[in-house]
Amino acid sequence: MSDTSVNIVIGGEAGQGLVTVGDFLSKALVRAGYEIVVSQDYMSRVRGGHNTYAIRTSPDPVLAPKDEIDILVALNAETVSLHSDALSERAVVLADESVSFESKRRLKVPFKELIPKTIFENTAALGILAQLLCLEKTWFHRLIEETFSKKGKEIVQQNIDVFEGAFAWSQENDVSFECIAPATRTEKRLRLHGNEAIALGALAAGVNFCSFYPMTPSTSIALNLIAKGERMGLVAEQAEDEIAAVNMALGASFAGACVLVPTSGGGFALMTEGVSLAGMTETPVVFALAMRPGPATGLPTRTAQSDLNLVLYAGHGDFVRAIFTPGDIEECFYLTWKAVDLAERVQSPMFILTDQFLADSYRAVAPFDLDSLADVTKPDLSEEPDSNYMRYAMTKNGVSPRKLPGFGEFLVIADSDEHTQDGHITEDLAVAVDMADKRMRKMDILKEVIVPPTLDGDDIPELLLVCFGSTKGAALEAASMLREAGGKVAVIHFSQVYPLDSAHFLDVFESADRVVFVEGNVTGQFADLVRKETGFEADDRILRYDGLPFTAAYIIDRLEATR
Amino acid sequence: MVSVDEYGEFETAWCPGCGNFQILKALKQALAGLGLKPHQVLVCSGIGQAAKTPHYLKCNAFNGLHGRSLPPATGAKLANKNLAVVVTSGDGCNYGEGGNHFLAAVRRNINITLLAHDNQIYGLTKGQASPTTLKGQKTKAQPFGAPSDAFNPVAVAVAMHAGFVARGFSGNVDHLADLIQQGIQHEGFSLIDISQPCVSFNKVNTFGWYKERCKPLPEDYDPTDWGTAMNTAMQFGETIPQGVIYKNDRPAFGSNIPAMQGEPLARRNPDLSVLAEILEEYA
Repeated sequence: MSDTSVNIVIGGEAGQGLVTVGDFLSKALVRAGYEIVVSQDYMSRVRGGHNTYAIRTSPDPVLAPKDEIDILVALNAETVSLHSDALSERAVVLADESVSFESKRRLKVPFKELIPKTIFENTAALGILAQLLCLEKTWFHRLIEETFSKKGKEIVQQNIDVFEGAFAWSQENDVSFECIAPATRTEKRLRLHGNEAIALGALAAGVNFCSFYPMTPSTSIALNLIAKGERMGLVAEQAEDEIAAVNMALGASFAGACVLVPTSGGGFALMTEGVSLAGMTETPVVFALAMRPGPATGLPTRTAQSDLNLVLYAGHGDFVRAIFTPGDIEECFYLTWKAVDLAERVQSPMFILTDQFLADSYRAVAPFDLDSLADVTKPDLSEEPDSNYMRYAMTKNGVSPRKLPGFGEFLVIADSDEHTQDGHITEDLAVAVDMADKRMRKMDILKEVIVPPTLDGDDIPELLLVCFGSTKGAALEAASMLREAGGKVAVIHFSQVYPLDSAHFLDVFESADRVVFVEGNVTGQFADLVRKETGFEADDRILRYDGLPFTAAYIIDRLEATR
Repeated sequence: MVSVDEYGEFETAWCPGCGNFQILKALKQALAGLGLKPHQVLVCSGIGQAAKTPHYLKCNAFNGLHGRSLPPATGAKLANKNLAVVVTSGDGCNYGEGGNHFLAAVRRNINITLLAHDNQIYGLTKGQASPTTLKGQKTKAQPFGAPSDAFNPVAVAVAMHAGFVARGFSGNVDHLADLIQQGIQHEGFSLIDISQPCVSFNKVNTFGWYKERCKPLPEDYDPTDWGTAMNTAMQFGETIPQGVIYKNDRPAFGSNIPAMQGEPLARRNPDLSVLAEILEEYA
């Protein structure tokens, strides 16, 4: 795989508008038929600090962010000093002429001359980027119109003038940046980040209630549900705290809502009593947890994969759960749908485990195939009177018929205490054993529908990279680079980490000479889980916990170091 | 007509003489009096002796976690506003563990009715101070006397302009049943703080202690006058005024939210053609 990609990094202070530049450019690129991987690095503050919005783009598929920068848009001097070591051989730096930095491949942009007001700096930067990359100007004109038409024709025209002026200036001050190769895709695609895809997957599955407490990097799941969900009849409430959020969701689910609770590690820690309550009351609920580094408040805006153990063991007592770890945008959508269906079907908590990198990472994706979605399992809505109805009736597979309170002349009783089949509190220890067994029997259903890991690369590899969640792209790219260099390399990616079925992967593990787990945490939580479940011991663990996402270069460097 | 008998008769785990019996009786009377059938009612509770109430009543029930009676009740009401949602739980559950939820419920003005069985002690865990235990009262856990000032839930609710705030007494069942009825009928959040003796663990606030102090509000009392209500709410000593202390007609939660109108959430199926339009917005 020769690298046709261009890695554009826009850096500056929060509040300077770098996200606007990045959003415009990435949207134009997707519309023009390019692939993108966006990674957003931001600090836990509203203004100031140093943030970056990186777009790696190519006519060919791109899987992960890249460390080397080809175009650096520096909205302030700090960006230049922080990133000059990462510039590639062909890199161009765009910075205002007032920023002192000596390089032949630098465009000293006279922003003050190019723009009538500071607010147009973003549009000017876009004009230069469009020229350097040789992108059709019409993509940008259209975006400007769409974005600013609400503010009036004059604003639209001013922005177009600035864009054109900057484009022309860039042509005159040519630094001979090699154009990006022409795009070949023509079909329509969507530009989505992970949290948007989770929200959309939830809506597709019929989620119509969301209670949440805002916490980075999960908040945009709730915000997207709120922004898009009203048209689909979704009710959302920002709870007073995480404990209320989960308990509110359980009450809503008990009364027939289809619920999703977005959160992050610290918030989820507070929710664990509710997880246990969902297990005991057999109330469907889906948690979408976007990971960031911990412990405690950790690095609030950075990425990690260190909450696997938390989710795996959250909640006291025994009950069943499944944990999905999407590796890309499509998986965010379809696995959220699946988690919702499974929660409703099995009547137990289910989990989507994602992270800041994927949460904020825009990609170009084919429109989701809504026609392929089956109907999600629903509670029994029949209103026939049923004086014998029992919420926790004993069944062979452990799943009791679920009716809703107020939908007919029967009573629905849920209890956090151990309870009888009709939902009443009991201290009959034989009943307690029967109920515990009933709840655990649902595990058989979960085991029947495990999403198997995907294997990519050489059969019987010398090196097998094992990963879960968002590490997928970087691992695939690293493997591809190693294969090009002559190695026999494969990647096995788990988009479901619990429960596991060793028949899906143990043979592959055993066929490889060297099995290396690649994870975004300090200890190798997934490698430990695999060892616990199967006895298999990894040869090496490549662990990243500096708050940044994996890249292929990072994995290859560490592979050499651990060899 | 709904008869009180439809709400059933159960064996309980309460001590003989417990105030909970009378509160349960008043609740049944109120529900039947309103013509509500058991299946139209959802009673949510937390943990504690008071929180066992829904197990002693034929009704839909969500008996959740300690302190967490209000959030599931809120969620259930949001999911299905046709349900009459009542919360029954104690002073520890509602004002201690669940204090933040109490404040939020008042602020939201969600249309549910909270019956706070307030015996000023932790009963189920055998006699520790609760948030409403009067300062200085000695217990095994607070041998030098309860160290903190007692929480006044009624005053807090009035201060925050809660929709409906009342004080009741388990020893006056008919009066209490009337308060509960009014609370359920009120469109918005209703707090009914109910003084009740804990015969096993509260030797100070006994039946006699309450009986001596609980006095009905004067006939000409105006519960819509906030200033008077605030004064009345602060009275908890020689006299404990009984009745509707404060009420207003703040709109109930959700009245301005389009998605809250219409049928219960369980009846809403996702319209994928709408979702397809939404997807277009990401192109």
